[in-house]
Amino acid sequence: MLSIENLTVRRGDVTAVDGVTLDVGAGEFVGLIGPNGAGKTTLMRAALGLLPHEGTSSLAAMPAATRARHAAWLPQTREIAWPVSVETLVRLGRTPHRSTGGPRADTKAVDAALARMELEDFRHRTATRLSGGEQARVLIARALAQEAPLLLADEPIAGLDPAHQLAAMETFAALAGEGHGVVAALHDLGLAARFCTRIVVLHRGEKHADGTPGAVLTPELLAHVFAIRAHYEQTRDGPVFQPLERLR
Amino acid sequence: MSRDAALLWLLALLVAGLFALSLLIGPAGLTLAQSLGALLRGEGAAETLVMREIRLPRAALAVLVGAALGLSGAALQGYLRNPLAEPGLIGVSGSAALGAVLAIQTGLAAAFALALPLAALTGAVLAVLALLGLAGPRGGGFTLILAGIAISALAGALTSLALNLSPNPFAATEAVFWMMGSLADRSFTHVWLALPFIVLGGAAVLTLGRGLDALTLGEDAAEALGVGLARLRLVLVLGVASAVGAATAVAGAIGFVGLVVPHLLRPLVGAQPSKLLPASALGGAAMILAADIAVRLIAPERDLKLGVLTAIVGAPFFLHLIWRTRREGL
Repeated sequence: MLSIENLTVRRGDVTAVDGVTLDVGAGEFVGLIGPNGAGKTTLMRAALGLLPHEGTSSLAAMPAATRARHAAWLPQTREIAWPVSVETLVRLGRTPHRSTGGPRADTKAVDAALARMELEDFRHRTATRLSGGEQARVLIARALAQEAPLLLADEPIAGLDPAHQLAAMETFAALAGEGHGVVAALHDLGLAARFCTRIVVLHRGEKHADGTPGAVLTPELLAHVFAIRAHYEQTRDGPVFQPLERLR
Repeated sequence: MSRDAALLWLLALLVAGLFALSLLIGPAGLTLAQSLGALLRGEGAAETLVMREIRLPRAALAVLVGAALGLSGAALQGYLRNPLAEPGLIGVSGSAALGAVLAIQTGLAAAFALALPLAALTGAVLAVLALLGLAGPRGGGFTLILAGIAISALAGALTSLALNLSPNPFAATEAVFWMMGSLADRSFTHVWLALPFIVLGGAAVLTLGRGLDALTLGEDAAEALGVGLARLRLVLVLGVASAVGAATAVAGAIGFVGLVVPHLLRPLVGAQPSKLLPASALGGAAMILAADIAVRLIAPERDLKLGVLTAIVGAPFFLHLIWRTRREGL
């Protein structure tokens, strides 16, 4: 679904992403984790072809219109420039489907996305007058309305309340269950451990680890990459992860 | 009929009504019957001359210039995602004015009828080339604003220099009055000069609706939605420059219309940039027609300049805008 090979992004003298190779298949929900500045955003933007890069990415190789039908991108900056209605904003996700499907398919996709993010009651509200967390959910709905097989999301759950964080992660996991591919940059390692099928750790621009949450979130890796100690345990309620203290 | 279509029809009716009104007002003091007879059937030599060679081109230019300014303002605001953007921002109007002032100062303007507007158009073309050179083939809205401001400042300084060193006070006065903007004493040659540039530029800008809508989500998201930002910016700059350059060339600098009209209409189209484009074109035409009627009614003897009136009405509106923006804490 996404195939990145030896991807490198230089910004001046700094190598922001250094030779990352990554394949994401259908049904995978990949949590992309790493400290601030590890290169998570840069990796995703370069994979989409939005940044000059070395190496190859299957998405960047596509023509822009084809890529837009193949992958949806949810940037970290939550920009809503004009006071449009929630429905109008979510409908922007249909931009790549200009010549296919027609208005009925567009309306169906918008309705489904609004329902999935529990935003039906917000349909006619003005998007810019919603709270930050509500706007974030509207923008996720926009990406869902794109109905692309692959979703790349940059910190999609930052700023949401606990219930909506869980709801958004459930949505992404459900998308993966339906055969989509999802890649999300995350800082909440606990939610990543619970919902992601796979975790990729970026450290100083390089891929440091890649595997199931249980295999990746070892005390050694947490100490080395994040400089923290954490409690991580498999319980009857699923994995529980709690950061405990910083290591110096 | 949808709400959006109804709004466009309403604006079109307003333009048609003001166009008719504009034809009926003037110092010649013709009656309604005389005006219509002269315009449609050519009754009376003097009346026909007034209607067909003076009032008709004046009203037609008001529509063209207003549509160019309203549409360009809406498109630039959409692209830059900033409600304070206006057509003069990219430096085209300032450079067109410089071309016109140079034509007046050098006496070129007196050489043949279209010398002045052609010199203004040349200024606009040079400004676009400089703008595209400065802002580069890629890069976002920010570099475009910076390049536009630099070009505007340079054109303004050179215009001042030309006036400053003017050997002829009459030419300087003429240049200053020209820059105030007016539609008085224009002929059909002006209409035919401006028409192709405004129609082609406007048509190019009108194709950008979907891309401008996607830009509501920011440049990154829009590009990921398949919008080619580099191409969009090129078409936008060329279209706006063509329309605004031609409008400035025939009418002088007319401010605030491109700023105010999109603002007034934005709430009526649900703030969607693509829907704002045609509405602002019609709204701009209506506003210039109304302002041009007003200058003839307010001071029929004094040749009140159109650009002065739009600025006097527009500036307080601008202050209101700042006040409201501050109150909303944006």
